[in-house]
Amino acid sequence: MKLLTLNFLTCARKTCKSSPASFPLHPKDAELEQVETEMNAVFLRNILPRLEWEAMRSITTELGLPNLPAETPASEDLVEKDGDGDEATGGPPSQIARDLHALLMETCIASGKLVCGNCGHEYAVKEGIANFLLPSHMV
Amino acid sequence: MSRPEDNLPPDLFYNDVESRKYTTSSRIRNIQADMTHRALELLDLREPSFILDIGCGSGLSGEILSNVEPEEGGPHTWVGMDISSSMLAQALERDVEGDMLLADIGQGVPFRPGSFDAAISISAIQWLCNAESSDVSPESRLKRFFDSLYASLKRGGKAVCQFYPKNAQQRSMISTAAIKAGFGAGILEDDPETKSVKVYLVLSVGGGDVTGAVSGMQDVDVYDSRRRERKRGKEFAEKKGGKAWIMRKKGQMEAKGKVVKASSKYTGRKRKIVF
Repeated sequence: MKLLTLNFLTCARKTCKSSPASFPLHPKDAELEQVETEMNAVFLRNILPRLEWEAMRSITTELGLPNLPAETPASEDLVEKDGDGDEATGGPPSQIARDLHALLMETCIASGKLVCGNCGHEYAVKEGIANFLLPSHMV
Repeated sequence: MSRPEDNLPPDLFYNDVESRKYTTSSRIRNIQADMTHRALELLDLREPSFILDIGCGSGLSGEILSNVEPEEGGPHTWVGMDISSSMLAQALERDVEGDMLLADIGQGVPFRPGSFDAAISISAIQWLCNAESSDVSPESRLKRFFDSLYASLKRGGKAVCQFYPKNAQQRSMISTAAIKAGFGAGILEDDPETKSVKVYLVLSVGGGDVTGAVSGMQDVDVYDSRRRERKRGKEFAEKKGGKAWIMRKKGQMEAKGKVVKASSKYTGRKRKIVF
């Protein structure tokens, strides 16, 4: 389960829907692994405005990863500025983009638990797959 | 041939044996691949997108999403949901790139609002029409699913769900639930009236005109039921003074105990206007 997905996943219970504490889910006893993936710069540019940066920071802190900067990177930060100043799609991906790629797309939770901040329910993660099946009384 | 959902719920039907059979059958893989490509055509994604694969199974469609060429707007990053752990185990064996959730889509789609660019579903949502237990009805499962799917898509997002409706009633149950959730909905039928008909539910967030999805395609006839429904409503409504109205009034008076002339073929007949 990539950290990217964790930035969008919420608790599945109906009672938690309206509570802001149901996102993000907090990793517990998480075992991480790095999966090498090809960088998709256009995708990063597309998904950047949709990322919840604060949630990202809290997850990285909880996982014991190096702290992220307080500000969300801007779209221009993803490409290296060329000499001729063409920022549109031109330049090669910057260090920020590479770091973002390594963090979001390559860092995965292989096993552990995801805890809801509102109801406290723990979703188990095994082999990278999170178990979101709820018994009917919890739905 | 009996349908799988008539015998067992999906998590039991797709056990280890069945999952392996499904994933290794070349016939099934070809059909699933064709349907995935058709769904991608309908989604018309111009750039690498974040896609939700509903009922991802062993990742047959997900693999295709990950391998879309850059010239065609790919490759896409996807997250899959499936209720069968055996199917997901198959997906792990095939080392798919998407993240997967073991989840029941009838319990909702657990993502924050506006997460996905698009959603795709191949041969999955007809399973929602069956009530697995007595405490949840198919209608409530469909409602939970479509409501949460609508929220999880971004503004202007699209979803294409290929499914196998058992009958017209299931078809309308599914499309009504989608419309109630706020989607603009249309159904595309490939090879209609044949045994191998494929039904695609094309949804757009925001209830706009969905026929744009097929505007570029050849050999697609558009049946727009929206305008026709309004017209039909007027014709079928009882016109005051018409025969149906007269018969109804006569019945009412008789029920009240009043004296009513017997009805014949001349009752409410159109008279020739002399003046």
